Amino acid sequence: MTHAHTLKDNRTLFGFWLYLMSDCLIFASLFATYAVLRSATYGAPGARELFSLEFVFLETVILLSSSFTMGLTVYFAHKGKRALMFGLLALTFCLGTAFIALEVSEFSHLIQEGLSWERSAFLSAFFTLVGTHGLHVLCGLIWMIVLAIQLALPRYHEIVMRRLICLSLFWHFLDIIWIGIFTFVYLFSFIV
Amino acid sequence: MFGRLTLDALPHDPIVIAATVFMVCVGAATLCFVTYFRAWGYIWHEWLTSVDHKKIAIMYGITAFVMLVRGLVDASMVRAQQAIAVGNSAGYLPPDHFDQLFTAHGVIMIFFVAMPLMFAIINAMLPLQLGTRDVAFPVLNSISLWLFIAGAVLMNISLTIGEFAAAGWLAYPPLSGLAYSPGVGIDYYIWVIQISGVGSLLSAVNFVATIIKERAPGMTLMNMPIFVWTVFASMTLIIISFPVLTATLAMLSLDRFLGMHFFTSDFGGNPMMYINLIWTWGHPEVYILILPAFGIFSEVVSNFSQKRLFGYRSMVYATIAIMFLSFIVWAHHFFTMGAGANVNAFFGIMTMVIAIPAGVKIFNWLFTMYRGRIDFRTPMLWFMGFVFTFTLGGMSGILLSLPAVDFQINNSLFLVAHFHNTIIGGVVFGYFAGISYWFPKIFGFKLDERLGTYAFWCWITGFFTAFMPLYALGIMGATRRMSHYSDPSWQPFFIVAGIGLVIILVGVFIQFVQIAWSIYKRHELRTPTGDAWYGRSLEWMTASPPPVYNFAIIPHVHGHDPLWARKQYPHPSIPLYTNIELPRNSSVGIVLAACSLALGFTLVWHMWILAALSVMGIIGAVIARSFVTHTEYILSAHEVARIEARSNAL
Repeated sequence: MTHAHTLKDNRTLFGFWLYLMSDCLIFASLFATYAVLRSATYGAPGARELFSLEFVFLETVILLSSSFTMGLTVYFAHKGKRALMFGLLALTFCLGTAFIALEVSEFSHLIQEGLSWERSAFLSAFFTLVGTHGLHVLCGLIWMIVLAIQLALPRYHEIVMRRLICLSLFWHFLDIIWIGIFTFVYLFSFIV
Repeated sequence: MFGRLTLDALPHDPIVIAATVFMVCVGAATLCFVTYFRAWGYIWHEWLTSVDHKKIAIMYGITAFVMLVRGLVDASMVRAQQAIAVGNSAGYLPPDHFDQLFTAHGVIMIFFVAMPLMFAIINAMLPLQLGTRDVAFPVLNSISLWLFIAGAVLMNISLTIGEFAAAGWLAYPPLSGLAYSPGVGIDYYIWVIQISGVGSLLSAVNFVATIIKERAPGMTLMNMPIFVWTVFASMTLIIISFPVLTATLAMLSLDRFLGMHFFTSDFGGNPMMYINLIWTWGHPEVYILILPAFGIFSEVVSNFSQKRLFGYRSMVYATIAIMFLSFIVWAHHFFTMGAGANVNAFFGIMTMVIAIPAGVKIFNWLFTMYRGRIDFRTPMLWFMGFVFTFTLGGMSGILLSLPAVDFQINNSLFLVAHFHNTIIGGVVFGYFAGISYWFPKIFGFKLDERLGTYAFWCWITGFFTAFMPLYALGIMGATRRMSHYSDPSWQPFFIVAGIGLVIILVGVFIQFVQIAWSIYKRHELRTPTGDAWYGRSLEWMTASPPPVYNFAIIPHVHGHDPLWARKQYPHPSIPLYTNIELPRNSSVGIVLAACSLALGFTLVWHMWILAALSVMGIIGAVIARSFVTHTEYILSAHEVARIEARSNAL
């Protein structure tokens, strides 16, 4: 890797960090709104009645393991073990998809019970916060597909590593946000 | 397919019809002009797809001046209505139209005049002052520009098709909710700001990365020009605050599109939450605009006093202090909302504290002038006008920061006078100073000095005539945003304010004449050396206008005012040129902007299928761009030597 490319990598990663921090502020706004509207259930069931910890635990384990496999993907990419890299990226993709599937089933379950986002301010805040995270995960999955193609083609050799690191930063960032959601949305509803 | 868009959306009001016809005619004339001169290829290759920061700056500037005209027309209509709508006279505007006018005026002046002027000046000068060849991400820069222009276009579409918001420039719910504003106005407002807001955020990321990663060798943070420091603070504020705006408006649109209850007045919604969130963005926003203006004034004062800036370090610390403080004062915008005495006391005191770093800056500028060899050119005139006007505006702000006083004059014309006093006196004067100071750098010739002086005097007399009566009216009890009032003793004040606006309009007219006249006289006003004002910082080291690569040889910096130092201790050397890698043009910005514009428009009118197609267009464009590999080209050392020789021969 040439000197010029290292400089560009530095620049891109720093810029991507800045973007992640700004995205973090979007979530901060949604978290703050959720905190304010948490008790505004307007007669509909609140957090404690709605959520099941076992289900959320499953979601959390899946997402956290996907972060682990993403870390391994980058590790093997650095080592030049391409087969392992592709395998782990595919595993990450499957775990991410499973997470989205679980989230969709949770949402549709709530909506079928007549507890959609139109029912109360609390539910609006819940669906928006968790849904925004889910939308980010979905973007990450699309990104993985595009990147897998570029990883496979030799002409992207020079830039693709930088993109893989950005994707992994994005994926870990979503994991951290999920830990926030898991704690403040789900766990807190059983404590406070 | 077409959602709620029907032929009824076309204008019926004669004023709006006239404006539409005018806009269409100007647009058609421009297209004919470009086609007649077969300039499409030139415009596409040299401008629309350009990623050169200097050209992007010029495009920001042109759009800002076009939108300035629209904002001023809105202001004139508001002033005219208030000058006549007293007692039995209803004025010439129906209340709903009047409400749209002051809303549009605020949105345009902040988002489509002040912000793009700021981005124009930053784009033009930041890489030059840092001694680098471009911003960190040139293509992203072009995307930012085009997203901003897409927002501006959507803003102008709202004038013709449908209506604009009528709920004030921050669109407080529940008034802006579906229950009380069922029309398309608020939706236009939301998408206009969302699209241009994403552009602003990307610009900020770009500029911060540029400042951190792209400085010329030897330029430590504490050697950076003060303008760069203020840009750094301002862009950091954008990165922190614009996401809050995006999230807030997204929640408002979810209320309106999906029937959510964030800010509705039933089902547990909380309108106060919106007002807290929007001002979490809104207060930093005013510092986003003013900090670069402070930076410009610092450069101008130092240059035209021919002295090093007094108290550079304190200036940096004051800038950073303002940056932090701007995030803990937001509740002073709604003291009357009942947060309680303790909360109000905290925010009141924090607001007063901001006066300290602001005062530090004022004194630094005054001490820079002290015993300086002051040259009263136009930029310096704007500075003198600024010190006087802005200090006055700051003092009225201190009055407003006292919760007890604020309860009397909250949402009165006193407030309107206050923020115009700081924004016109600070931001507008600052950017005008910057334009007259740096114009020769970008274009290679100066702006006509005499006309500039006339414009300045019109602006400053016009400003005081227009806004001092509003202070008085506010104390007399006049609230803002009135399309009609019954007390005839107020009318003379409104008439005087209207006369003031006319004087400002004369000033703006002179500014346009100044630009046209200076272009006409460009050979006489040319600045052959590139160093138009005997400058101190790196931007004056290269030719005017700068070549596409800015610096043939990247300068090495040792300390403050590097060019000044070189002039004191010249080191003549034979230049040794090398190949320069430059970014290729890209059309991705214009494609993304077109898709975003389509997305905004289709969402406003509930055309869900077309909106989905627009989203796919956006995703497709981003993915397609990621498959492009040859994003750079090489300018050979030979070619660089040729360009340099030609500019040295001038």
